Amino acid sequence: MGILEVKGVNKRFGGLQALSDVNLSVRENSVHAIIGPNGAGKSTLLNCLVGKLIPDTGSVMFDGQSVLGRKPHEINQMGISRVFQTPEIFGDLTVMENMMIPCFASRDGAFRMHAIEHMLDDKEIVERAEKMLEDMRMADKRHMHSASMSRGDKRRLEIGMCLAQEPKLLLLDEPTAGMARADTNNTIDLLKQISDERDITIAIIEHDMHVVFSLANRITVLAQGTPLVEDDPENIKGNPKVREAYLGETA
Amino acid sequence: MFGLNKKDSALLLLVAILTMMAPFILNPFPTDSGLAQFNAGYPDLMQRFVIFGIFAIGFNILFGLTGYLSFGHAAFLGVGSYSAVWMFKLLSMNILPAVILSVIIAGLFALVIGYVSLRRSGIYFSILTLAFAQMSFALAYSVLTPITNGETGLQLNLDDARILDPVNDSGSLPVTSLFGLEMRSSFDLAVGPWDFTFSVGYYVCAIFLLLAFYLAIRIFRSPFGMMLRAIKSNQQRLNYTGLNPRPYTLAAFVISGMYAGLAGGLLASMDPLAGAERMQWTASGEVVLMTILGGVGTLIGPVLGAGLIKYFENIFSKINDTVLHGWFSFLPDGIEDFLVTIIHPFVGKGWHLTLGIIFMLVVTFLPGGLVEGGQRIARLFRGKKTKDGADGAKTEPAE
Amino acid sequence: MDGIILQILNGLDKGSAYALIALGLTLIFGTLGVVNFAHGALFMIGAFCAVFVQRLLNLSFETVDPGKTDFLGNPSMVKTPYIESWFGHDIGSAIIDWSVPLAVLFSIPVMILIGFVMERGLIKHFYKREHADQILVTFGLAIVLQEVIKAFYGANPIQTPAPEALSGIATLADGIVYPVWRIVYFCFATVIIGGVFAFLRFTTFGMVVRAGMEDRETVGLLGINIDRRFTIMFGIAAAVAGMAGVMYGPINAPNYHMGMDFLVLSFVVVVVGGMGSLPGAVAAGFLLGILESFASTTWATTTIPGINQIIIYLVAIIILLTRPRGLLGKKGVME
Repeated sequence: MGILEVKGVNKRFGGLQALSDVNLSVRENSVHAIIGPNGAGKSTLLNCLVGKLIPDTGSVMFDGQSVLGRKPHEINQMGISRVFQTPEIFGDLTVMENMMIPCFASRDGAFRMHAIEHMLDDKEIVERAEKMLEDMRMADKRHMHSASMSRGDKRRLEIGMCLAQEPKLLLLDEPTAGMARADTNNTIDLLKQISDERDITIAIIEHDMHVVFSLANRITVLAQGTPLVEDDPENIKGNPKVREAYLGETA
Repeated sequence: MFGLNKKDSALLLLVAILTMMAPFILNPFPTDSGLAQFNAGYPDLMQRFVIFGIFAIGFNILFGLTGYLSFGHAAFLGVGSYSAVWMFKLLSMNILPAVILSVIIAGLFALVIGYVSLRRSGIYFSILTLAFAQMSFALAYSVLTPITNGETGLQLNLDDARILDPVNDSGSLPVTSLFGLEMRSSFDLAVGPWDFTFSVGYYVCAIFLLLAFYLAIRIFRSPFGMMLRAIKSNQQRLNYTGLNPRPYTLAAFVISGMYAGLAGGLLASMDPLAGAERMQWTASGEVVLMTILGGVGTLIGPVLGAGLIKYFENIFSKINDTVLHGWFSFLPDGIEDFLVTIIHPFVGKGWHLTLGIIFMLVVTFLPGGLVEGGQRIARLFRGKKTKDGADGAKTEPAE
Repeated sequence: MDGIILQILNGLDKGSAYALIALGLTLIFGTLGVVNFAHGALFMIGAFCAVFVQRLLNLSFETVDPGKTDFLGNPSMVKTPYIESWFGHDIGSAIIDWSVPLAVLFSIPVMILIGFVMERGLIKHFYKREHADQILVTFGLAIVLQEVIKAFYGANPIQTPAPEALSGIATLADGIVYPVWRIVYFCFATVIIGGVFAFLRFTTFGMVVRAGMEDRETVGLLGINIDRRFTIMFGIAAAVAGMAGVMYGPINAPNYHMGMDFLVLSFVVVVVGGMGSLPGAVAAGFLLGILESFASTTWATTTIPGINQIIIYLVAIIILLTRPRGLLGKKGVME
């Protein structure tokens, strides 16, 4: 029984069957990659997991509870954090403030009024945020206006913000899309380190085979809205069906 | 000071000095000089400066922090005024219960309107608030006449109950007071050719302004304020960080509605009548103008903006052709007439034109309002070219 | 039954004005992506085109009429409009009588020009800024335009009567009498709306604009200069608002703040119709005009006091909360 269990999920947009009978099981503490050609339904599936879309039929269970019908912030509070394709951070805020917000969210829940005390007077939050910034090696940037950082730094900050919530599952949507090789390798190293050092499950949607095979210890191949295979990386490489559907296309 | 850091304490102190010394600062010209008409240090106007300052500070908590542009905030001001006048009619001429009731009623009203309007965002939110405010205005004018006294406006009567006050047999309407201290009483100080007026009403309002300003600083610096800025910055990320934006925006909406209610209550406390026109959407537009002109999202900006617009409204509007001719009389006749003709449309009754032009210029070239203008000038003087790079990216000019 | 027809008719003229303004607002929003708070001011300027034309035609010179004296025995002065002296009394006075319809012709080039200047001079710089900034700057512009008109024409309403032949009352059926000019206004609005829709549907220009409303980027990639066409659409939207204003003069005497009064309601109309939907704007305009008219009947106001004052806002609130995209709104517009 995995930490995330997707069973028989269907999703239709008008005449387009975006997902048909998707089953997926993500094991606890694994790094699970979901790959597939463009239009395979990867993003649709991801959106069904985080509450942005609701599947037409099927079930999505996380940690023994259904996520269907819950709002994105409720699903997040259950322990799923999401990293976006283009870094989504609070561009008008400083790096430190960016990091404090998830700390507040994980301690105080979806809403709590602290309207009078100064935000820096909350020592517990400040310590947690600073610790996280150090882990992400960003402590020197804490007073920077986050919108003015490089893309690689924004990505690093976003991942740090997700980790600050101490999620059980970290979802990444093509985290290296549009990145230079050096930045990509840095991100791979960072994710490896996270997976080794923390008690966390990572699910990653990715296009770049280099990233997938450097990180994943379990892979699901999606094509035309249906999972073709779910297997270990070494078996995926040799699988003729996958070759046909995906690798063949790019070769 | 009061749990604020050095910079914020300095800001609060500055506002405290400005408000306390306002009767001097706003009356820089001797009473018999030609420039005396630019003196704004009379109680009526000074009261309006601080009351609309409170209104704008509150509006800024919503718009400046969350980015939700309400076009219906005058409704809360109007409700505050009505509540206060009813308190004067029924309970007592003491302004304290009146102001408290204004804040509570406006807060409740904002809770209802905010709960509905905040289900949408962007322009839809603006239109919803506008629709609610116009509805309130229309109802205050017509159906709710028993409560609002319709077009005439709600006024005091001799035979009002005023259950806490002693029986009034003087035959004249009672006046508002704070535990016996009459709002309209004042004290004149003549220093040489200058004349300064210190009014009780003004100082009561000024103290409320300081309290409101202090609270706004605390909110801006609190985790709650940070969440509001996060909502403006990236609502998607906030959602996926496990935070629910709606209660945060609703809280901001209610707080800013309560500020508007306080302003309305104080307006009625200075002059105990309330009319529906206070709720009209043009009044809501005015507070938007104030906040933007002064500097949206900044602490002191709204106060400056409110002061500027009220100064325009009351002083600039009094410059007529005779005054203009007086100024330019040293010039040859032809040039004098020419200048007067050129300037005439922009002053006096045409002050709205100048206001509109300034407003457009500010929105286009100076999105941070007067505060940003001041910062730019300060930077120019300090000659710190190094910082320009980082800040320049933030305030990019249009195309 | 007659009552119902009468109320529908009563709603049509106001509905026509709402529809025309909302149509222009939607055109501008759909093409340029700009929320234009100055659109009501264009309606108002249109109405003052009628005032301008009327005053122009009435420019007169004075002559002494030797045949008449005033009550003091002095020879009385007679004003003769130039136009009468040029074209003769009959034709001249007819031209003056028809000043409002003539003003429509005059307003078209004027409004298109104003539209171009507004778009190129100001709005262009706000395409990439937030909607809030667009609202604010056009709100400022609306104040400026309205104050300029006030500086020239004063604060009081100025009558612009309809031509004599069209200002009477028509008997439509037994018991239904209705001012002729309101019928004219409705027909006029229908023609303009039909014209705009036909223009968008049957001309290449219109097709490109519609395609641009759907997907600006793709059309831009085809090498078609969308921006120039959008500028022209702004001019057209301004002209539609202007003509609506000219023709509304005889129904309600133009005053400098009529634009703002109509704008608030027109925005509500646009939102009810669905931001970005042209048929939605027109349908909602007429619908709300008629609803307002029904709500003004004695029956309605005695049943629910004040309903006539709030009906439009009430409908807007209900629609926005139940159908967030408005009646005919499309997905993905301003969410």
